Amino acid sequence: MKEGVARFWRQIPERYNFMANKCESCDRVYFPPRESCPYCRRKSIGKMKKTKLSGKGEVVTYTIVHIGPEGFEEQTPYPIAIIKLDEGPYITAQIVDCPFDQIKIGMKVESTFRKIQQDGHTGAIYYGYKFKQRK
Amino acid sequence: MEELGIVSYGSHIPRYRIKAEVIAAVWGKDGAAISRGLGIFEKSVPSIDQDTATISVEALRAALKRCTTLNPTEIGAIYVGSESHPYAVKPTGTIVGEAIGATPDLMVADYEFACKAGTAAIQTCIGFVKAGMIKYGVAIGADTSQAAPGDALEYSASAGGAAFIIGKNNVIATINHTLSYTTDTPDFWRRAEMKYPSHGGRFTGQPAYFKHITNCATKLMEKAGSKPQDYTYAIFHQPNGKFPVNVAKKLGFTIDQVKQGLMVPYIGNTYSGASMIGLASVLDVAKPGDRIFMTSYGSGAGSDGFDITVTDTITKLARENAPTIAQLVADKEYVDYGQYTKMTNLLFWE
Ligand SMILES: [Zn+2]
Repeated sequence: MKEGVARFWRQIPERYNFMANKCESCDRVYFPPRESCPYCRRKSIGKMKKTKLSGKGEVVTYTIVHIGPEGFEEQTPYPIAIIKLDEGPYITAQIVDCPFDQIKIGMKVESTFRKIQQDGHTGAIYYGYKFKQRK
Repeated sequence: MEELGIVSYGSHIPRYRIKAEVIAAVWGKDGAAISRGLGIFEKSVPSIDQDTATISVEALRAALKRCTTLNPTEIGAIYVGSESHPYAVKPTGTIVGEAIGATPDLMVADYEFACKAGTAAIQTCIGFVKAGMIKYGVAIGADTSQAAPGDALEYSASAGGAAFIIGKNNVIATINHTLSYTTDTPDFWRRAEMKYPSHGGRFTGQPAYFKHITNCATKLMEKAGSKPQDYTYAIFHQPNGKFPVNVAKKLGFTIDQVKQGLMVPYIGNTYSGASMIGLASVLDVAKPGDRIFMTSYGSGAGSDGFDITVTDTITKLARENAPTIAQLVADKEYVDYGQYTKMTNLLFWE
């Protein structure tokens, strides 16, 4: 899992602060950020502008994970959702602090800072966003 | 008088709770008697994905939401006080600084002084701001404190934290005076590499908590030329519901002055967060001109005292942009002892 440290470190701006980018040619927002806009291609070069997303959105769909992948075993069962962010991009993230029977499609959510994963009990701890119901 | 003090504040309390009676039942004890004895009915429990870093980030983000004119890049220092930093080596403050966008022109250090590490951080920020070395400094007190299963501390050790932004601009509460009272007193400790703390049993009361708070508070009132009746609110470190009430009475404060800042009966002892969450609860309702007395206590041992006056600017702070302590306390979900052991990692996963 050693290469995991470098990968997570590179993703800190996205995982902590929703740093995205926007094509100034067509106004599409990309999260995670992209080198160029697939719609505008060459026209977008040099026009991809950094932008910070609000971390707010709504649940498009969700499921409950009972058998977690490596690194998530101790968190099961947990809900994972596809969330449409207010600025447009769709992302996959965990829902927390919400009883499972209260999670609804269309529920307004906002981000909260949590531990995502850790490399066992001796390795690095990886932090980032999860989502909770917006009140 | 120079305006220097609190510019904004925010808190975070995990929403899970366990009742003292549920813990007592596991060990065959009388829960109602324990609750009466300690003055604690339930305590907060961090979920499996929360630690001192995540609580600190949430608390500071709440403070920034309330103070919309402050740009995080204007913050020159972040000090996080805790006895449960997630890493033994790797500062919590680096994670917090990055998560609020205050890096890289930033001074950071983690503090440790049992339950008063966060108030020690406030004093550091006062010094730097007063010296003109930074515009704003952040002091955080947060913990996810652990107690050995079956230990007396299991009924109180809980999780939560508060963040205070200290500066000279738009000060909502002026810090008029601060001082500390410190001795070498081995009432409570945790050796490096150990998961759970050890304590001196009855030794934690008179020579430790009461002696340090009483001396600190008395010296502070001497310095300020004040008396208990001059204060609207008083906050004392709250390892349980009884100690702060007893020390307040002993010093000449009334229960009416203490109750707004006394959260321990409903959330337990949040260690480094305890007196600071109490101060946040007072600021939630404070009006211009209110005077606040605060004395923290950290085992080992020491007390930090603060004499604070609320300014007219508090009416301009967007306090409604983040939840009050009362709202955080009320937003809860109960867990049983099995869920509690999983959430607090009493079960060790390889
Ligand atoms: Zn485009």
